[in-house]
Amino acid sequence: MIQEQEKPLLDVRNLKTYFHTENGVVPSVDGVSFHINKGEVIAIVGESGCGKSVTSYSVMGLVGQPGKIEGGEILFEEKDLTKLSNGQMRTLRGNEISMIFQEPLTSLNPLFTVGFQISEVIMLHEKVSKKIAKQKTVEMINKVGIPNASKIYYSFPHQLSGGMRQRIMIAIALACNPKLLIADEPTTALDVTIQAQILQLMKDLRQELDTSILLITHDLGVVAEMVDRVIVMYAGQVVEEGNVFKLFENPKHPYTKGLMDSTPKIHERKEELYSIKGTVPTPMNMPTGCRFYPRCEFAMEKCKEKAPELLEVKQGYHVRCWLHEEGEVNLDEEFNRKPATT
Amino acid sequence: MGRYLIRRVLQVIPVLLIISFIVFALVYMAGDPVSLMLPEEASQEEIDSLREALGLNDPLHVQYGVYIINALQGDFGKSYRYNQDALSIVLERLPQTLELAIVSMIFATIIAIPLGIWSASKQNSYIDLIATGASVLGKAMPNFWLGIMLILLLSVNLAIFPVSGRGTLMHIVLPAITLGTAIAAEMTRLIRSNMIEIMQQDYVRTAKSKGQKDSIVTYRHAFKNCLIPVVTIMALQTSGLIGGALVTEVVFAWPGMGQLLVQAVNARDMAIVQACVFVIAVAVILMNLLADIIYRMIDPRIKYE
Ligand SMILES: Nc1ncnc2c1ncn2[C@@H]1O[C@H](COP(=O)(O)OP(=O)(O)OP(=O)(O)O)[C@@H](O)[C@H]1O
Ligand SMILES: [Mg+2]
Repeated sequence: MIQEQEKPLLDVRNLKTYFHTENGVVPSVDGVSFHINKGEVIAIVGESGCGKSVTSYSVMGLVGQPGKIEGGEILFEEKDLTKLSNGQMRTLRGNEISMIFQEPLTSLNPLFTVGFQISEVIMLHEKVSKKIAKQKTVEMINKVGIPNASKIYYSFPHQLSGGMRQRIMIAIALACNPKLLIADEPTTALDVTIQAQILQLMKDLRQELDTSILLITHDLGVVAEMVDRVIVMYAGQVVEEGNVFKLFENPKHPYTKGLMDSTPKIHERKEELYSIKGTVPTPMNMPTGCRFYPRCEFAMEKCKEKAPELLEVKQGYHVRCWLHEEGEVNLDEEFNRKPATT
Repeated sequence: MGRYLIRRVLQVIPVLLIISFIVFALVYMAGDPVSLMLPEEASQEEIDSLREALGLNDPLHVQYGVYIINALQGDFGKSYRYNQDALSIVLERLPQTLELAIVSMIFATIIAIPLGIWSASKQNSYIDLIATGASVLGKAMPNFWLGIMLILLLSVNLAIFPVSGRGTLMHIVLPAITLGTAIAAEMTRLIRSNMIEIMQQDYVRTAKSKGQKDSIVTYRHAFKNCLIPVVTIMALQTSGLIGGALVTEVVFAWPGMGQLLVQAVNARDMAIVQACVFVIAVAVILMNLLADIIYRMIDPRIKYE
């Protein structure tokens, strides 16, 4: 019997992470909710600065000064991570939850061998001897597809290419068989062929280790290829969330539609690439009402006045937009029926 | 490593030649030594014959050549005050100077490393403000003033430490504090600013993401990356202490090279001055070489070219 309501592995509820800067409070993550089931791969997409990295640092408990988690819950296997002590959090980090960062070139310590940097995390969490840690490290280096592992063990980061370094980061992240892997734009800094290899590697390892993955990216192509569910963020909030096929076929939020229209497609080359007009609002001039309405082609009077809630338009599919208040509508049809106001 | 060392040592030779030339030129410009060596009522004949004997009538390049050949053999002439070989007098004083330099550096380092790291990790806290204020003060206080204040307070009034001289462990405390304070101040500031920058680095975040303890993240992953500037400043300051503890050695009557040099300059004992400058120069060169070797041990990105 399949248990319909299995508890999610990670359940983030109404997360608020704010930065207290000299110029005022920056609500980088402002009421974000999402969940990841066991073995699931989900993606968070959105423009630069919408709070994707801050969301993942919040889950890792790595939000540094002047940032602070101001509210909400982060339930990992039903434990609220925001309530754990620093010491309790450390036993999870790198062990049950681990993270690959946006910057493969600078994320490894230049003064230690890559072997040491992988075995460090194994010795820390698995309490094994140096010798066994080394053995496991060599295995991991092999597993992430680097030949000559026992020699690479003694290399320093500067002796390796960007793609190799990101593989080493993946080895560090997966060394202790985490239940959740957060990959923050793991391929953005790499060139295209290497990108494909790294993504393939993550897919393969996921098959093998059954790790849930939270993939952060702004590459919709990557999303289409490897995730089950997508979360679209805009200005610190979730604006759309749902199954990847449904979302690609028929985006419900005007912002998601804009994102997809601004992605170049090979079979319908246009003279000019579409782009969403206007810019992301800064915290200092956040619009009242819907945060997207100044840039929205579908904006209505109501949008200016009142911020929409995240509505469930169908089973497991959520949108934060007034258009769908009385049942879901199709944006393309809507667009033809009522041409853009302002 | 071996070839690198040989090359570095060979590079030292031209540097030493340049230094020897500067020292020679300084002595030449300092004036005629003969008038100091002879009693005032000496006749012109006596003066001339001494000049001839010292080779002072030879052309400049001949004098320099003779000087270099002698210097290469460690012969800087005789001190007219001690009537002894100048270099051996200077070398007798070297251990005392090294002893004071090392103890001062240890004092400075023991204070600066934890304080710098601590105030970096608690940026803008009271601890940080106090540490920063103290290091501005420590840097601003002149050595001689601090030395005299320490003597007045701790030796004269409270009689905890001897006033001056060398002998017991207690003798070295006050001069080492006097010399070490400004160095500790400068090192603290340097470590603080470097650590603040390093703690923002991506690899520090990686270390935290492994679940590593804060203390290990700070010392193993961050501070090791701060060692290059720390070693640089330590080498620089140690060189400074070997060559420049003049005032402090005089204030505390510490029988080191600095005190000897001050006396020699006052008495125009040029052989001693030359030998001192030479020994100091060699010490500075050796400190730089040592620092270079340590850099290479810390950072694999630095190659032995
Ligand atoms: N240390 C900080 N101090 C102040 N504001 C910060 C800090 N870190 C992040 N922010 C703010 O939080 C917001 C979200 O940043 P975040 O790094 O999460 O964006 P992102 O979605 O990951 O963007 P990108 O795609 O460029 O990585 C930004 O507007 C940024 O200005
Ligand atoms: Mg980011």
